[in-house]
Amino acid sequence: MSPKRIHDIAHARAGDKGNTSNVSVWVYDPKDYPLLKRELTAERVKNAFPKLFTGSVTRYEMDALHGLNFVMLDALEGGVNTSLNLDSHGKSFSYLILGLPIES
Amino acid sequence: MNNMANTIRLGCGAGFSSDRLGPAIDLAQRGRLDYLVFECIGERTMAFGHRDRMLDGSRGYNPQLRARMRGVLAHCHANGTKIVTNMGVANPRAAALLVVEIARELGLSGLKVACVEGDDVTHLISSDTAFMDHPGTVGDVGLRMVGANVYLGVEALLPALQAGADVVIAGRIADPALFLSPLVHRFGWALDDWTALGRGTLVGHLMECGMQITGGYFADPGFKDVPRLADCGFPIAEVSADGGFVITKLDDTGGCVTPATVKEQLLYEVHDPSSYLTPDVTANFSGVAIAEAGRDRVRVTGAGGQARPEQLKVTIGFDGGFLGEGGVSYAGPNARARAELAAEVVKERLTRINQLGGDLRIDLIGLNSLHQTAEVPASDSADVRLHVALRSTDRDDIDTMLWEVESLLCCGPAGGGGYRGQVTPCVVTHSCLIDRDLAKPTFEMFVA
Repeated sequence: MSPKRIHDIAHARAGDKGNTSNVSVWVYDPKDYPLLKRELTAERVKNAFPKLFTGSVTRYEMDALHGLNFVMLDALEGGVNTSLNLDSHGKSFSYLILGLPIES
Repeated sequence: MNNMANTIRLGCGAGFSSDRLGPAIDLAQRGRLDYLVFECIGERTMAFGHRDRMLDGSRGYNPQLRARMRGVLAHCHANGTKIVTNMGVANPRAAALLVVEIARELGLSGLKVACVEGDDVTHLISSDTAFMDHPGTVGDVGLRMVGANVYLGVEALLPALQAGADVVIAGRIADPALFLSPLVHRFGWALDDWTALGRGTLVGHLMECGMQITGGYFADPGFKDVPRLADCGFPIAEVSADGGFVITKLDDTGGCVTPATVKEQLLYEVHDPSSYLTPDVTANFSGVAIAEAGRDRVRVTGAGGQARPEQLKVTIGFDGGFLGEGGVSYAGPNARARAELAAEVVKERLTRINQLGGDLRIDLIGLNSLHQTAEVPASDSADVRLHVALRSTDRDDIDTMLWEVESLLCCGPAGGGGYRGQVTPCVVTHSCLIDRDLAKPTFEMFVA
């Protein structure tokens, strides 16, 4: 069965520093890495959630380890001590990205 | 104490302020550790430290310090394991004195406890100080500053270790430096050996969040299963003099150490993997290699480093007033519509009728709360909780908000129940940079 969501092929973890969030995304099987790179561009992540990721989105590639790191500026509604979001760290952003459908 | 002279065993006994105690005691007792490190400060908990110290000048250190020291101190003393921690948070001196008191209670006379200070740089901050992370200055915030702490590195901890401290207790130390310092001390790495410091920083970076590398914060049933998560063990790093290392844990604990757990932690809170800034080095994780080296053993190599930055990061805390949170739940047929009506009523009561100021947010837990701003479509649910949050410097406004939410029990939609409300003091934080030579760390030794 072909994978339907990023969650079917990859795992992820989110971190926060100030008002900046980062989410690293890693494929389970190295053969899915080209698919992940194709699907999950910085533009795709930014455009999927423009109201949340109001600043720039940068993608760093860890080809040898088959993972991508996304860094979102101005993404945490002010940061952990300012945001009124129940998840003020943006810990759940990992699953926000893993929930994106695989389009191709 | 570990007998292999060319390997140092580091354990992590806490990866955040409220981390578990039992697995730390396991490590103190059976980890054969040279050093046990407790990392207990984040941006949130540093702010809490200032808040606690504002309320009571003898507090401001980690609230679990007493329980942790009572749990591990005797074991560490018996096994020759030294302790390094930032549990001093906003009051390292009071924390060190408490550790001395506990050591005496436990009969550990002669135990040497070093208090490291100098991270409090409040005196260097003025209303003209510019922020590093967004435009504006301290004066623009319009709130009272409660404290400013600079991220210190190895140079702050090294003198205390060299003086033979059994316990080193500090405040705002860059997290990886808590682990890097013992390595520099024991291996004699030069403070400009950027490759060694980069490798040691990776040890610290991977260890500093405790179970986040041994299966904690990892499990996703059916996708990433973790054995015996309830009994998860804290990590151990076996580090060689060349900076290569293995991450592992005690055999009989739950959890797992795998390439996948190590990868997730490798980039946790990292932006550019080739340029991870700390007070000690600009570490480079972009060429890291990760290999299985047995069951629950992962070997990590290939980190590098370049010269340390000339400026240090400072977190500035401001008195943000109060955060009030109140909620009521709705379940069963048409729960979603009743909860949505409750949200409308509360919003109208607070803004039109009471005309409250401050920052207000209303969420419907069960439909769309964490990802409301991301505009993820709401899921349907027959179990929905209205959650209202208000931050204000006016305590009366907070109390009015909570009263309005509670009043829904009789005045709102049908079938609402389970009101809870709470008020917590709030500290808002921003960051700036200072020249590194302005930071003047000191230490003082206390003997039990």
